[in-house]
This record gives sequence, C-alpha cells and structure tokens, in this order.
Amino acid sequence: MGMVTMMAQQIRRSSGNENGAGYLFILPWIIGFVAFTAIPFACLFYFTFTDYDLLSSPKWSGLDNFIHMFTADDKFLTSLKVTFVYVLTAIPLRLIFALLIALLLNMKIKNVGLYRTAFYIPSIIGGSVAVAVMWGQLFGLNGAVNALIEAVFGFRPNVSWIAHPDTALWSLILMAIWQFGSPMIIFLAGLKNIPESYYEAAVVDGANAFQRFIKITVPLLTPVILFNLVMQIIGGFMTFTQGLIITDGGPLDRTLFYQLHVYRQGFEFLNMGYAAALSCFLLVIVAILTALVFKSSSAWVHYESKG
Amino acid sequence: MIRQSTFSWGKLTIQFMCIVIGVASLYPIVWMVASSFKDSSQVFVSAHSLIPEVWNFSNYSNGWRGFAGITFGTFFTNTIIIVCTAVLGTIISCSLVAYGFARVKFKFKGFWFGTVMLTLLLPGQIVQIPQYIIFHQMGWVNTFLPLIVPSFFGSAFFVFLLMQFIRTLPYELDEAAKIDGCSRFGIFSRIILPLIKPALVTAAIFEFYWSWDNFFGALIYLGKPQLYTVSVALRLFADPSSGTDWSAMFAMATLSLIPPILVFFVFQRYIVEGISTTGLKG
Repeated sequence: MGMVTMMAQQIRRSSGNENGAGYLFILPWIIGFVAFTAIPFACLFYFTFTDYDLLSSPKWSGLDNFIHMFTADDKFLTSLKVTFVYVLTAIPLRLIFALLIALLLNMKIKNVGLYRTAFYIPSIIGGSVAVAVMWGQLFGLNGAVNALIEAVFGFRPNVSWIAHPDTALWSLILMAIWQFGSPMIIFLAGLKNIPESYYEAAVVDGANAFQRFIKITVPLLTPVILFNLVMQIIGGFMTFTQGLIITDGGPLDRTLFYQLHVYRQGFEFLNMGYAAALSCFLLVIVAILTALVFKSSSAWVHYESKG
Repeated sequence: MIRQSTFSWGKLTIQFMCIVIGVASLYPIVWMVASSFKDSSQVFVSAHSLIPEVWNFSNYSNGWRGFAGITFGTFFTNTIIIVCTAVLGTIISCSLVAYGFARVKFKFKGFWFGTVMLTLLLPGQIVQIPQYIIFHQMGWVNTFLPLIVPSFFGSAFFVFLLMQFIRTLPYELDEAAKIDGCSRFGIFSRIILPLIKPALVTAAIFEFYWSWDNFFGALIYLGKPQLYTVSVALRLFADPSSGTDWSAMFAMATLSLIPPILVFFVFQRYIVEGISTTGLKG
C-alpha cells in the first residue's frame, strides 16, 4: 500500500461520522420516501379494508373487498388471466428475440451502429400514447397490416386484428416484441464483457460455434438474463396504456389487463377501497414471482468466481 | 485470430436479416409519419403505402386546432413545463442524495440505503391509488403538482445510477479538497458535480423520456382540457365516438414523437451507456 493512500485512510478515519452533513444531503430522499412511498404504502393497507368513494369518508369493511374479489368479481379472474398470458408469452418472446438480435449484432458485421439505432427506436417511443394509437390503426380492419398482406399474398383478411377476440391480445403481444430494444442493449453490453480469449481457447479445443454458444455465451450471460427477466416481469404486470388506448380492454375483456381493471374500479367507479385491495393482491403476486425467479436463479445463473 | 474480410454468404445473410428486422422496426413509424401527410380519406385506402399521393400539409394545422377551443400549443406547453421541471428536480435532488450515500458517513446510512433499494424493486404503480387519495385530500388534483413535486425528492433509479458513477471517482480528490479547506458542500458542488456530468445527462434523458411518456399520471391528475398534456390530449383526440380525423391525429402524434427522437439522436451515446451500465428501461 502506498504512502499516500495510507495517509488518506488516516484522514478518513479521523474525520469519523458526519451525521449532520450526511442527513442534510439525503434529506430530500428521506422526505420523499416518507411522503410518497411509506405513507401511501401504509394507506394502501388501510384502504384495503375499507369502502371508500373519495366523496364520503372511508368506512371500515373488514375483509369484504377480498371476499368480493374472489367470489363476486369475475373480471378479477379474467384480468389476472389476461395479464398472466401476456406476461408469460410477451416477455419470454421479447427476451429471446432481444438475445438473438444482440448475438447477430455482436458478430462484428458492417453497419452495426445503424442497425442498433433502427432496432432501438421502437423502445424509445414505445410507451407513448402516439405509438399506441398508431398500433391500433395499423392492425385495424383497413389498416396497413391487412393492406400489406393483400399486397404480398393477394388476398385481404377480413378481420380487424385488434377487434377480434382471438387476435386482440396477440396484436398487443406483437407490439411488446416489437419493443425489444432495451433488453437487446443490455444483452449487447453483457456480450461485450465476455473475454475473447475464452472463445479462442474453445476454438483451440475444437469446439464448434454451437458448442461455444451453449458452453460459454449462455452461462456467462445468465446474470444479465436474470436481471432482464426480473425487470421485464415486474414491468409486464404493470401494462396499462396499450390496453386502454388500443383496445379499451375489449373485445369481450380479452385485453382487460389487471392494471386496467384497477384503474376502472378506482377512477371510473370510484371504488377506491376495492382498487387498493386489487393493488395489494398484485403486489403479492409480483413479489412471489420475483422471489421465485431469484430462488430458481441459484440453479441456472452462473456467477464467475472472480467478481 | 485472423478475420477474413472477403465476401461470404454467411455475412450476406446476416446483413439481409438485419435489414428485414430494421424495416419491420421502422415501418410502423414511417407509416404514421406518411399518413400524417395523406389526405384524410386516403389514409386507409392503399393503407400500406409510405408515399402520399398528394402531400397534404393542412393536417398539421387542422390537428393543431385541438378540441374544446384549446390548441395543441397549450398541450405542448403544459407537457414542456411538466417535463422541464421534473428533469430539473430530478437532477438537483438525486445528485445531492447520491453524493450523501456515496461519500458521507452517517448513522443508519445502511437503513436509508435499504429504502432506496426497496423502492427500486417496488413498482410505483402499486401505490398509485393511495397516492391519488392523498393528493386528492391535499387539493392537488387538477394541478401539475402531483406530476412535478415528487421529482424534487429523489428517485431511487437515478440515485442508484449516480451513486454507481460517484463510486468510480478516486477518493483522493475529496481528501485533497478537504485538506485545502473545502467544505462538504464545496466538495460536492466544485469537485464531484462537474465530474459526474455524463451520468447527470443520462439521468436527465431518462427522466425526460418517462416524464414525456407519463400517461397514467396525467390521465388521473389532470381533469381539465386546459391542463392536458400531449399524451392525454392524443387519447381524447382519437376518441372513436367522435369520428376521428385520422390524418390530423397522426400529424399531432408525429409532432409528439419529434422531441424524444431528437433527444435520442443527440444523446445516443449517453443513452446506450446508461442502459448498459444500470439496465434502465428505455
């Protein structure tokens, strides 16, 4: 250890705690955390057990909200099912797609920058109302998708993809896959971190491209896959804008996302207590799923011994 | 290893695949921009074409008129006010908080840092109902306050991002400044702040995106047309019951996408680095 570093450490140790300065710096966080997270969170649990319409004061209703949820509200189960189908198809497909494209872009081909930009733009604007409105019109009865099919295959499907019960959710899933840009960039960064020498050693040992992918790329990328999976699953359960703008939950509730159900209960029917109970239940589901993914990760995520 | 730069079918296939995916990525956006110049009656006739038969620029002036006597000028102004204030608040609060966590020792620091990590994993949408009730009680509904005030009190994502960045700076800088008689705040504002500029730019860009795209917040808190942001206005503009003028709609939708795309092209490097290092969602 160098002389300078030792001196520096001495100064650091002698300076000791700086409680005043420390709390002054993080004061905004403390106020914000208490006001915008902790108190709302406590309120969430309280409102869960009340009947509250914003206009009169909340009435204690015990477990009524949960009893209603599981026995009388068939839209609760519908929205839960829609959201699970969406998350379990859109998220894996988006991640697989993102990974494959990242591998493609990592092959040191020409115009990489150009392609990366093109692939990433849908993610940049994907959450906007403008894109949601556009998607609805692309997949409508007279939209560009049907016109394209006619131009290429010579027949025109007489179906509005977003208005047909069997295809509406799939057109939203397709939109989710279209926005594969962010996980792609994270995968690309992960791929760049894998030392070239590993592959060179594998080539010397006679491993073919597929073996190198399975034995080197995939294991070393598993921490990044885990990260993407957790973030995307949490985000997937919060899907809202597409369901409201493109299909408004329909047709026949086939795109009634859970958050859309919460929104309607809370802000259209002013059942704030019930909406709080629904939010609570969603939190439990997301927490359990996240915990399961983390728990399973010890079996499939590979951490290099050197950090 | 020797890399051959000669022609190969494999490389050609990869280029071809990339072009196909690139076209699929951009086609919907180009289609919308093209539709914004088509005549209203032509948007869904030969819908797939990307070149308008007649270039119709009046869609933009028609759309700009907005609805209920309020133009898109108001909606854009509202959005810009909210976004700029939120970005400013985020930069100020998150840099202070991040510095405090990264460099200052104080009691119960572990606990408070724990609250940052907890908030990072907690989807904000879960507490939206009680948050709304609280803001409602405070009389903040139908003002911009619920959309801008929280940004002045730190955001877990950006605190974490800036902390990671501050940790890479050598401690000796702080020590040297301290020996020279610099106060804690002086070290922060004169030494650290200039050095974390790239990370601040990244945080500003992402706050800009989230704030510009924030639909749910604007939808529940802004109930009067003169307060609407662009995203809420676009949604009402596309109301199926009122017989939408789709060309005008696409014209305004296109305008609303120009700022995010412009920011993307100007700051592309910061965005890619930001996502790669912290895994922020774009």
